[in-house]
Amino acid sequence: MATSTEPTTSTGADLATDVLAVARAQVLDRGEGLDEQQVLDVLRLPDDRLAELLGLAHEVRMRWCGPDVEVEGIVSVKTGGCPEDCHFCSQSGRFESPVRSVWLDIPGLVEAAKQTAATGATEFCIVAAVRGPDARLMSQVRAGIEAIRAEPDTADINIACSLGMLTPEQVDELAAMGVHRYNHNLETARSHFGSVVTTHSWQERAETLRMVREAGMEVCCGGIVGMGESVEQRAEFAAQLAALEPDEVPMNFLIPQPGTPYEDYEVLAGPEALKTVAAFRLALPRTVLRFAGGRELTLGDLGAEQGMLGGINAIIVGNYLTNLGRPAQADLDMLTDLHMPIKALSQTL
Amino acid sequence: MDTYCTRCGRPTGEGDHAACRARAAYGPPRYCPECARRMIVQVSPSGWSARCSAHGEVADEAGGGTAREPV
Ligand code: SF4
Ligand SMILES: [Zn+2]
Ligand SMILES: [Zn+2]
Repeated sequence: MATSTEPTTSTGADLATDVLAVARAQVLDRGEGLDEQQVLDVLRLPDDRLAELLGLAHEVRMRWCGPDVEVEGIVSVKTGGCPEDCHFCSQSGRFESPVRSVWLDIPGLVEAAKQTAATGATEFCIVAAVRGPDARLMSQVRAGIEAIRAEPDTADINIACSLGMLTPEQVDELAAMGVHRYNHNLETARSHFGSVVTTHSWQERAETLRMVREAGMEVCCGGIVGMGESVEQRAEFAAQLAALEPDEVPMNFLIPQPGTPYEDYEVLAGPEALKTVAAFRLALPRTVLRFAGGRELTLGDLGAEQGMLGGINAIIVGNYLTNLGRPAQADLDMLTDLHMPIKALSQTL
Repeated sequence: MDTYCTRCGRPTGEGDHAACRARAAYGPPRYCPECARRMIVQVSPSGWSARCSAHGEVADEAGGGTAREPV
């Protein structure tokens, strides 16, 4: 047996080949994200290195993004009855889901924006369960944005939209309405997409994202972890997102919804979810990485804090589209305890 | 006590609703506790409202805006 004289990490791993030691030099010092194989190596780290991994991801986030946390509220302007078949979604009209179709009127939309602004959030995202918007939805969104802008409490909030796949004309219309960021998730690795959605393709989604960027809107694109994808496919997804250079990546964890094909799926284990958060941060050092749906169920209160100290720098506060979050105040208190300032509007202008 | 489970819509006196109770913190009611009809539910950032066509609306404190049937 040879005695190694190579320097080692605190846990005895070889510094020259250990992925966290490599990540420290590559991502933390130089700001270059991990590639697919490196992300996979991170995802395969044993649980006893989770704390070290989260610590590094937090350092990367602090170095390349800073301490501020971007806070967002979301609301569904058109719920349920979607013609698409995304297998995780309680809003697909193709499954026996208890979620019924409903539209939110303009006063309701303004009220949701006010509730969001009252938390100190700088982002308000208007979401619709559609393949893509029709003329009626576009006019509802236009009227909603005008009404939000006319209210003193919400006049300055950044407005984002998530309305499905867009035509080039709709992209231009939304940009002209002042929508600053558009969310359209690729959901999962390209190699896994076909088993999650059959009614449209990964490429169709990517095309909308391309147009959004071209029109000058910020690109928000993430997905859901825990939909039966392999660890290799999680690494693949991280690399595919990194190639897109999104301004924001929302990370959801599957909430198995009654009536959907995934209703009996296991909720992702907390350590696996945290490992994925940290690995995505190491792949995307400068991106806004947002805790989105499912964190309450997957991680609980303690796990949420660990995520905030493990690469996350943005959250959705309050309720989601069809599910409830924990009270916004609980998250705001958490940020205070962690000495993480809420990103202010002036910094986003 | 409710006649029907607001999470799964089955009678509360029959079967096991432990999983429904465990999930209640993460979702608004979906079925009317009096008649088990699927309700019209609107979630907002700080509240929700749920309306049964026969038994009216229930909401948490902030409410969820005005949910209405698609037209
Ligand atoms: S397109 Fe959106 S709303 Fe429609 S089924 Fe898929 S995820 Fe749900
Ligand atoms: Zn039940
Ligand atoms: Zn009823």
